[in-house]
Amino acid sequence: MQSFGRKDTILLIVVALLVLLAPVILNPFPQASSLAQFNAGYPDLMQRFVIFGIFAIGFNILFGLTGYLSFGHAAFLGAGSYAAVWMFKLLSMNVIPAIVLAVVVGGLFAALIGYVSLRRSGIYFSILTLAFAQMSFALAYSVLTPLTNGETGLQLSLSDPRIFDPAATGSLPTTNLFGIDMRATTTIFAGPWEFQLNAGYYMSGLIMLVAFWLSIRIFRSPFGMMLRAVKSNQQRMSYTGLSTRPYTLAAFVISGMYAGLAGGLLAAMDPLAGAERMQWTASGEVVLMTILGGAGSLIGPVLGAGFIKYFENIFSKINDSVLHTWFGALPDGLETALVTLVHPFVGKGWHLTLGLLFMLVVIFLPGGLVEGGRRIRGVVGRRNRKAGDPEARAASKQPAE
Amino acid sequence: MSILEVKNVGKRFGGLQALGDVNLSIAENSCHAIIGPNGAGKSTLLNCLIGKLIPDTGSVMFDGQSVLGRKPHEINQMGISRVFQTPEIFADLSVWENVMIPIFAKRDGSFRMHAFESVARERKVVDGAMQMLDDVNMADKRDLLAGSLSRGDKRRLEMAMCLSQNPRLLLLDEPTAGMARADTNNTIELLREIRTKRDITMVIIEHDMHVVFSLADRITVLAQGTPLVEDTPDRIKGHPKVQEAYLGEAAH
Repeated sequence: MQSFGRKDTILLIVVALLVLLAPVILNPFPQASSLAQFNAGYPDLMQRFVIFGIFAIGFNILFGLTGYLSFGHAAFLGAGSYAAVWMFKLLSMNVIPAIVLAVVVGGLFAALIGYVSLRRSGIYFSILTLAFAQMSFALAYSVLTPLTNGETGLQLSLSDPRIFDPAATGSLPTTNLFGIDMRATTTIFAGPWEFQLNAGYYMSGLIMLVAFWLSIRIFRSPFGMMLRAVKSNQQRMSYTGLSTRPYTLAAFVISGMYAGLAGGLLAAMDPLAGAERMQWTASGEVVLMTILGGAGSLIGPVLGAGFIKYFENIFSKINDSVLHTWFGALPDGLETALVTLVHPFVGKGWHLTLGLLFMLVVIFLPGGLVEGGRRIRGVVGRRNRKAGDPEARAASKQPAE
Repeated sequence: MSILEVKNVGKRFGGLQALGDVNLSIAENSCHAIIGPNGAGKSTLLNCLIGKLIPDTGSVMFDGQSVLGRKPHEINQMGISRVFQTPEIFADLSVWENVMIPIFAKRDGSFRMHAFESVARERKVVDGAMQMLDDVNMADKRDLLAGSLSRGDKRRLEMAMCLSQNPRLLLLDEPTAGMARADTNNTIELLREIRTKRDITMVIIEHDMHVVFSLADRITVLAQGTPLVEDTPDRIKGHPKVQEAYLGEAAH
């Protein structure tokens, strides 16, 4: 039943292995091959996978469990980034104080916005959060310039106090975890393959695992059950003696802290913070990630985050010259025709492909990628059952997750 | 001793005086039925008791404390549970979880941040819910989604949810509305059994006279927002005013 049972432990171990081996798994093509551009195992992108995974895991605690659709979560991510960069400027280049403050700021900011927005539900709640986030974005761009450095974005400079660090000379200092440079990368050459092991990625990955574990705990707790009850029937909840508002506010603040954490980690990987991180497109992105992966499921949001970030970074790099090399072996007329045909879907047109995929998933797999996986398992399970496997029969009776 | 004291309650919706001047005194551990033709103000009265509506005038005292101005969850925490006309359950949750939630609410109050405890480790709550489902003969359905139950089962589940909190006062709004005869009889049996097993006061609104006369100790007849008469079932049956206002209407 609802416990941190064997299934959850297995899921956590699988995710941990994936995080550990990602630099290998995501680089399946030899460096020199023409398919190498589909390799996603470089530090910058892998960091994004896990950081946006954290963002989506947190968003899912609010949206997946309570059904409250926030369109302003990027505001907390942005606030976390600003808080982290300020820590780098004032205290130290060690990432710990930066990440801690990012979480605290994300949570406080969420408490403030949530307190007001949660007076309404449904579409009105979504609009209120959207309004607050756009307001924060506009403020960060204009009147809050002393705090956010406006359009340029908040950056490090040599003249920052950094009271715990020795004075920087020459070049800007880099972020570190007790001396381990976040940018430190060891490259392993295995024949024609290249695998990059990056310190920042592994720290973010470890934090994502902790965040994921916490989210499983919340899903399996009485508190998580109450959040699902909020989604199901608020009227019955209040006539059962439960006050819905504190539950939704707690979920909102927790997801705000996850967003702050993600923002802090983004800054820890690259000590910059710009107002565009708060923009509504960024808020919309996490909604897409969660729905695409499967809202309300445990692993879905992480899958969705990975999926979208992969498209954003890999598909967008396929330009016409790449297409010409792919189809180069074909006769000229056919080559040009194919390139023209594929052109709108790749490169700058990656949004189109993503949009089409999103539509397909929402229409045919309303439970997201997770439901896709479940259906495949169902088909396989049915085959096993035909073969007379009693274990598969028992397993299929258990409702998944 | 009376557990619920309704005094001079009036409620007006625009030009309509839904409740005129209602006085009711409900004895502890009794079953009190409120009957009356459509539009007599039965549901309005019930909504005033549960905090869904706030009456314009009068007072509602539960066990010596006023319920007026309190939020629904506060009124529930005082010991009042309600069964709705259309069963209100957590359709997306399992039957088992549906019963655990009220037990948690009773134990932990209206809010508790128990985010890191595991539901499965809450043996007492899990077992309590199981026991409750056993009592209403639904133990075999515990893992089903509540939304997939039949109407009769949804009603039983809702009652199980209310009873799992051990309420002192149970308000039932047409608990057998839309039920088949067999289901109605089962519900009557269930309610009778509950009354023999526990100390509980029931206020029941019902159209089905069979249900009312099988369960109620006292009956109040409401017409046009005011109580017409209050008496024992036997005397209500023969009361001329009731014949005229309510039972007579049924004969048309």
